[in-house]
Amino acid sequence: MALSQIETDLLVIGGGSTGAGVAWDAALRGLHVTLVDRGDLATGTTGRFHGLLHSGGRYVVKDPSSARECASENLILRRVAADCIEDTGGLFVTTPVDDPAYADRFVEGCGAADIPVEEITVGAALAREPRLNPRISRAFVVPDASIDAWKTVWACVRGATARGAKVLPYHQVMSLTMTADAVTGAYLRDARSGEQLRVRARCTVNAAGAWSRRVAELAGCEVGVVPGKGIMIAMNHRVVNTVVNRCTMPGDGDIIVPIRTVSVIGTTDIPVSDPDHIDPTREEIAEMMEAGEALVPGFSQGRALRVWAGARPLFPKTTGKQVSDTREVTRSHSVLDHEALDGVGNFLTITGGKFTTFRLMAKDALDLAARKLDLSAECTTATVPLPDSESKRFYWIGARQEEMEHEAPDDPLICECELVSRGDLQAALARRSDWQLDDLRRALRIGMGPCQGGFCAFRVAATLHRDGQYDRLAANHALGAFVEERWKGVKLISWGDQLRQTRLDQWIFQGILDVEHLPK
Amino acid sequence: MSTEALAPFEVRSSLDHCIKCTVCESSCPVAAVTPLFPGPKTVGPQAERFRAGDHSPDLSVDYCSGCGICTRVCPQGVRIAEINSRARAEMKVERGIPMRDQILARPGYMGKAGRPVAPLFNWALANPVVRLLGERIVGVHRKAPVPLAASRSFSYWAGRRRRFLAPRRVVYFHGCSTQHFEPEVGKKVVAVLEHNGFQVLIPKQDCCGLPLQSNGIFGAARRYVERLATQLSVPGTEGLPVIASSTSCGLMLKKEALEILGVEDGHLAEISKRTYDLFEFLLELHERGELRTDFQPVPLTVAYHAPCQQQNQLIGKPALDLLRLVPALRLVEMDRLCCGIAGTYGTKREKYDIAMRVGEPLFADIKTASPDLVACDSETCRWQIAKATGVTAVHPLEVLYRAYGGS
Ligand SMILES: Cc1cc2nc3c(=O)[nH]c(=O)nc-3n(C[C@H](O)[C@H](O)[C@H](O)COP(=O)(O)OP(=O)(O)OC[C@H]3O[C@@H](n4cnc5c(N)ncnc54)[C@H](O)[C@@H]3O)c2cc1C
Repeated sequence: MALSQIETDLLVIGGGSTGAGVAWDAALRGLHVTLVDRGDLATGTTGRFHGLLHSGGRYVVKDPSSARECASENLILRRVAADCIEDTGGLFVTTPVDDPAYADRFVEGCGAADIPVEEITVGAALAREPRLNPRISRAFVVPDASIDAWKTVWACVRGATARGAKVLPYHQVMSLTMTADAVTGAYLRDARSGEQLRVRARCTVNAAGAWSRRVAELAGCEVGVVPGKGIMIAMNHRVVNTVVNRCTMPGDGDIIVPIRTVSVIGTTDIPVSDPDHIDPTREEIAEMMEAGEALVPGFSQGRALRVWAGARPLFPKTTGKQVSDTREVTRSHSVLDHEALDGVGNFLTITGGKFTTFRLMAKDALDLAARKLDLSAECTTATVPLPDSESKRFYWIGARQEEMEHEAPDDPLICECELVSRGDLQAALARRSDWQLDDLRRALRIGMGPCQGGFCAFRVAATLHRDGQYDRLAANHALGAFVEERWKGVKLISWGDQLRQTRLDQWIFQGILDVEHLPK
Repeated sequence: MSTEALAPFEVRSSLDHCIKCTVCESSCPVAAVTPLFPGPKTVGPQAERFRAGDHSPDLSVDYCSGCGICTRVCPQGVRIAEINSRARAEMKVERGIPMRDQILARPGYMGKAGRPVAPLFNWALANPVVRLLGERIVGVHRKAPVPLAASRSFSYWAGRRRRFLAPRRVVYFHGCSTQHFEPEVGKKVVAVLEHNGFQVLIPKQDCCGLPLQSNGIFGAARRYVERLATQLSVPGTEGLPVIASSTSCGLMLKKEALEILGVEDGHLAEISKRTYDLFEFLLELHERGELRTDFQPVPLTVAYHAPCQQQNQLIGKPALDLLRLVPALRLVEMDRLCCGIAGTYGTKREKYDIAMRVGEPLFADIKTASPDLVACDSETCRWQIAKATGVTAVHPLEVLYRAYGGS
């Protein structure tokens, strides 16, 4: 059988924020782009991050150049990606366990990095966030915000697709095709069908994040990226509505981000060798819950919903040194031109960086790629708004509730926790034909709420079956896999309320539906 | 006496206990009769996760009647009704409070305004043309039950009577309806308590703010209840039991002011712990062998309905237990959750039909029992039941009063 072939100007490997940003920028510059990911979009680090659109405040003392980048990108993203951002604002507070001297260095650093900062009284901070530790001694307001990874990535991809880009989720790069001195494209494998596919590209960008070392190796190049593992715990509701940071040198569990319906505490930072094996441990979880107490007394009594870990693509700019403490590695990014470094043409790697700086990362990568492709078009991503952000209105937490209030009362809720109606589900199904149950979770947030799929997973599987998307066996299989995957996220935090929920869910899935023994 | 009230943030945090079992939704009397109210779980612990900051996303929570059954039946301890009341208040702050609700929320004004011209006032309230205008202009349903103004207030009577002195003393919290509309109830409460050897102290008192609270007017409600707490703790009454004959106003003091309004007033927290529902107090006396049981036969059939606000005190049905001691009384327990009125809810133009549908099973049961009287501890429920069934509805205290030989 003949291999399917794709001809493209630019092959982008990795569908996280970086790759999606590259695709969007390139499409705006008029390039034909092909974006591939081994899984669904944003299932790498991007889908597992903390959700913070940094003001830069966190890095003003430790990593000033990264702080400056964050500060300017924060301003730009507020203009072009408003629909993905909730303007929560941020607070830096000096808790009783923090060095009080740090606050002055912090203010100075904010000044140097052009970050607007305003000190407010402890009373004002408590009025704004009543659950904050009343024993804080100082409080500063900065323009932190929360940003939705999936919305951002899809918006980039939708914008790129509308300009002719081809997007291939579930397509892993198995090998790179090369001439003696250049990369010419890649062989892909469709993870769902097993089919092979060939892409011919004039230029290839490795945006595989913590996996970029492995992708670079396919071309015989070395990328000294160090995966830095961090865990996060989502609490069942928002204990704060402002991002709260401890005013201290970056450490573990010192930020709570209110994002969508939850508040997420994080994080940790330890170097790991394999970004695919980063399960959180019980010790890390206990440490995180305990750390929350410094910011919000009673934090550890709340209902933990889910725990997960991500791997930062950390790129030490000073090479050759052994990395033992990943906190010491800069959060700035690097574009590696493998022609200059390894004699391999038409191939670059963009790595390091942060979600907050994805646009700038894409720009820097594209500026180099454009030179290689003799393209004069300039970057316009700082001024062209992403799809759905044209109105420049920020997202707000009540949006779904408000929408539901205006929906027909006979459109029942499929997912009660995240307020997804049958109409919403059917609209999503009409948009795309190859949905997996878990893709719908990311697209609609089905199964992300307190019941973790207990009440919606079977409804969605049944809808997919009724609509002909799944045959009987496939629906059974998908349901089993979904439940299994959700269980992974809760088993380590199953105590109190969430344990009670899990028991009820298990009665539904094992007792009533007997999912484990369904024919698959 | 109440179970420990939660701090305001704990009321919100109680949403964490929700496992979506849906027990509340299947017990909600409002959701059962109208699609306009999606149910207590939906607007409660579910929607609460989407609320933050200054902009309210809500609409349908306005159809919650505030009966509180959801909180009572929740097996996990979610303060559903309290969460909903607060959300309703936020919503009203944002969307504005109709003049109608401002009026309904201040029954004292009505009572005071009506008293000097009671005959005229009462005629007007009974006049269909006036009521139609009231519905069109103000939004109070023309058929909704409204109380009639008394020509003399309860405090007028209380201030002019001879004092009964006794070593055991209680403070009587009579509430607005006794003051303005049903002073007879108050007189009989005093008689029954004195018959049992209590000196009844009746400090000057104003509205507890409950109707304001249930209409989402929290600022004024807080001021009212704090003022009342001060009034009820005049010097010389320290530590005395506070007896409430209006069961919903009693609940306000015991719990709702703390959990829904988040009042942190020290007086209130202290008084709240020694506030008793009238029959709760009498039953406790009886259990200690201190209640006089010199009852005479009352050869009547009485249908007893326990109102939601009394049930939400988690004290059982003490009136039922006590009236069972009365000889010759045929007592029929109405096993229904709600009469629909929920304070002022069922008087509103857009909610009247809903309230009537909620009460329908109760009304039908009452008709089947064809009693001489209906007994119910809450005034607004009595007015609703009497209006809907045509049967006279009284406070259970009035039956007890008869049993003690009063007439
Ligand atoms: C715990 C934690 C918290 C964080 N919090 C924040 C925060 O609050 N704010 C912030 O700005 N930043 C934060 N970051 C950093 C940020 O998440 C990352 O820098 C960013 O998401 C990286 O995006 P990426 O696209 O480069 O990598 P990824 O999102 O990992 O994308 C790489 C993609 O490449 C794909 N891939 C790998 N191999 C192949 C292959 N062979 N073929 C095809 N595809 C392949 C992977 O599937 C993956 O989807 C956090 C990071 C961590 C770990």
